[in-house]
Amino acid sequence: MGVIEINGVSKSYGQLKALSDISLEVGQGEIFGLIGPDGAGKTTLFRIMTTLMLPDAGSGSICGLDIVRDYSRIRRIIGYMPGRFSLYQDLTVKENLDYFATLFGTTVSSSYGTIREIYSQIEPFRDRRAGKLSGGMKQKLALCCALVHKPAVLFLDEPTTGVDAVSRKDFWTMLSRIRESGVSVFVSTPYMDEASMCDRLAMIRDGKIIGTGTPAGIVSGYPYRLLAVEGKRMYPMLKILRVAEGVISCFSFGNSHHLAYDPAKTGKEALLKTMHAAGFDDCSVREIVPGIEDCFMQLAGK
Amino acid sequence: MNTGYAIHIRNLVKKFGDFTAVDNISFDVRKGEIFGFLGANGAGKTTAMRILCGLSRPTSGSGTVAGFDIRKEQEKIKRHIGYMSQKFSLYPDLTVRENIRLFGGIYGLKDREIHEKTEAMLDMLEIRDAGNRFAAELPLGWKQRLSFSIALIHSPQIVFLDEPTGGVDPETRRRFWELIYDTAEHGTTIFVTTHYMDEAEYCDRVSIMVDGRIAAMDSPAGLKESLAARDMDEVFRIVAGRAVREE
Repeated sequence: MGVIEINGVSKSYGQLKALSDISLEVGQGEIFGLIGPDGAGKTTLFRIMTTLMLPDAGSGSICGLDIVRDYSRIRRIIGYMPGRFSLYQDLTVKENLDYFATLFGTTVSSSYGTIREIYSQIEPFRDRRAGKLSGGMKQKLALCCALVHKPAVLFLDEPTTGVDAVSRKDFWTMLSRIRESGVSVFVSTPYMDEASMCDRLAMIRDGKIIGTGTPAGIVSGYPYRLLAVEGKRMYPMLKILRVAEGVISCFSFGNSHHLAYDPAKTGKEALLKTMHAAGFDDCSVREIVPGIEDCFMQLAGK
Repeated sequence: MNTGYAIHIRNLVKKFGDFTAVDNISFDVRKGEIFGFLGANGAGKTTAMRILCGLSRPTSGSGTVAGFDIRKEQEKIKRHIGYMSQKFSLYPDLTVRENIRLFGGIYGLKDREIHEKTEAMLDMLEIRDAGNRFAAELPLGWKQRLSFSIALIHSPQIVFLDEPTGGVDPETRRRFWELIYDTAEHGTTIFVTTHYMDEAEYCDRVSIMVDGRIAAMDSPAGLKESLAARDMDEVFRIVAGRAVREE
């Protein structure tokens, strides 16, 4: 049985269908990623799973406890870090931590082993008010507060939004350590490059799950051949590639364009020829393996 | 007035008490350039950008933005630049038309100009049917394109984009950059911040701020070559990883 089981969950806000028929299962000690853009329904799903909101339809359980009937028991065994900074700004680091420990009927010292590694990084600032901490420090404090009662499942709603590329990597390293202690982690993100850090993931868009599986499994399900095209004048090149015969889609990916094509209609040689004819002599084209972002865009475009 | 540059900054310093948020930075942005302004959280980007937009005075240093003095002509700077941020750009409880009208009025456009711009914008963005809908109801991608067009309503020679693509759909994010390219091709200078390192590759040049200073500045290709890095993500980690100061 999964640590988290969600079956056919739907939720609407008036006319707006926020979630349609969502089902997923998360195993013990797994990092499960929910990946999708703003407005896809990620936070709504978090609120339903953490018993802060009722689904319109469907059911679910956390560690075998029903998300509607057993809400008070669920709240004792989960840790939840909402997207917005949720701590008391005018309490110090230590006061926040003590407060959350007391709420859950425990003490910081009895769970020190669980949080030590993260807490040691903010301990020098223990007498500073939470509102005066930097973004990275706030994030670490919030994580400590969510872990202080040794939860079985940790829910993290967009912990890395607005965080720079270096701090994002550090955060994911912390998550893999947490998983090693047997805690299941359910985490959402709008950053596709974080997908590879998850054991399994679900891609969500417009309230629907458009793909789910291991990162490798999702990549192997990509239905087209993919080329990376590089050259000097990238944007003019994009406009020509996009309308070339046999091209299914073409988008910029940093220093190259990723081009999905139909091998029956075109290929490396034919595309190079097209580009040369259009005056792009410096093009290079190579076959590549798609990434999660390629897969997301393909599934979202269906 | 320096005609070749949209931004010309020398020895810019901004202190808050004992804390030096911006520590003696100098740089130029050429007209029509797409300039990426990168840095870790807390490196001083926002402080520097507020000075460039005429919202804050430097402690010392000099420079011009759109040809106006950053110390003496802040009001002129505000009138002659465009600004868009993902966090706030449109009034959610005004309709699309009302938003355009409001910003047109703020920038001193005449009624007739506002009317013409409104019609042209609704057509260009292909949102004619949504003209009377509240901004809050629009899909994120539409909001973003509308905010960008509104930031350009007074035809500024330079537009500041502060994390314009945070949290948006991968395809929408790319379509937005195509809009940026089209705008730059018409000669508008683009000054942009982002946390997506693939987007750093789309800039003509980027600077990376670390601890209040500009630690690296070049074209993406130049930076990758000098640091022997595969991509801009690696460049950023090498350069920003040298930070010592607390955010």
